[in-house]
Amino acid sequence: MSAVLFFIAAIGVITGAVGVVVLRNPFFAVLALVCHLVSLAVLFLLLRAEFVAAVQVVVYAGAVMVLYVFVVAYVGGEGESIGERLRRGTSTSGMRVGGAILGGALLVELFIALLGTGLEATSGYGAGYVPGPQAYGTPAYIGKLLLTRFLLAFELASFLLLVGAIGGVVLARRRGGIDEFSGRQAITPLNLLRPRATGTTAEAVGTATVHDGGSRYGA
Amino acid sequence: MSIDWYLAVSAIVFALGALGVMTRRNPLVVLLCLELMLNGGNLALIAFSRMWGNGDGQILAIVVMTVAACEVCIGLGMIVAIYRRRLPIDVDELRELQG
Repeated sequence: MSAVLFFIAAIGVITGAVGVVVLRNPFFAVLALVCHLVSLAVLFLLLRAEFVAAVQVVVYAGAVMVLYVFVVAYVGGEGESIGERLRRGTSTSGMRVGGAILGGALLVELFIALLGTGLEATSGYGAGYVPGPQAYGTPAYIGKLLLTRFLLAFELASFLLLVGAIGGVVLARRRGGIDEFSGRQAITPLNLLRPRATGTTAEAVGTATVHDGGSRYGA
Repeated sequence: MSIDWYLAVSAIVFALGALGVMTRRNPLVVLLCLELMLNGGNLALIAFSRMWGNGDGQILAIVVMTVAACEVCIGLGMIVAIYRRRLPIDVDELRELQG
């Protein structure tokens, strides 16, 4: 039973990956990646990583792929046109062959590294597994590890997510750059400390107008 | 199935992702292929974790997912910024930094 499931899921994983690489339209590539991710979650379940499989489906195949679909829809993800492909056909086909050769070499190297070594444990079925509410791979098990032994990694990852979210917002703003601030007056904490209308261009020119009734500077 | 098979699938997925990163020119698809490579690594991590009955590999896989989410966030933000500046969405055309 598990062998049948493994082969179905593995075929889904590899087909999805091939689809991502081969398909011209980025939208279909995203859909192929969703297929790949769901099949990969089945493989994770077969490896008794229940929590990681659930995270994979919810976070990856759900949230991240929705983000991809939105960006593809926004950017208008068309594959390159035929004329564009013909125009650069000669240089890119050589690149493509080179890439295929390098990818094949990488595959052979990985196979040698992972399967050709003398690691006998990789041909086994893994460590023993006792089902239970806190067994290997359950949310309770992962949660205990995350909040005790890997607390620092957990906090660093959450901080990294915060930085990534802020960076994404800053990058994808309307003008898309920091120079937008140069033309606009920014409000800083210093503005609370000094009297009104000081430190502005209006004061330098001598036409400072005070909005709180004009009592301080007289008029 | 023995752990071998999972490692073989992870190697194939990683190599396919690397092939895509090297051959595709649309930065969106390059990001997708990076996801493929990360997923290949994740599968190997979880397979080794299962091999030893030790949860550390699963924690590392979750951290890798976090890093991948950040990378997607930044990468897609950059693609949107490139698009707004009316630059071509093509990694071969964006070569101002190549010196």
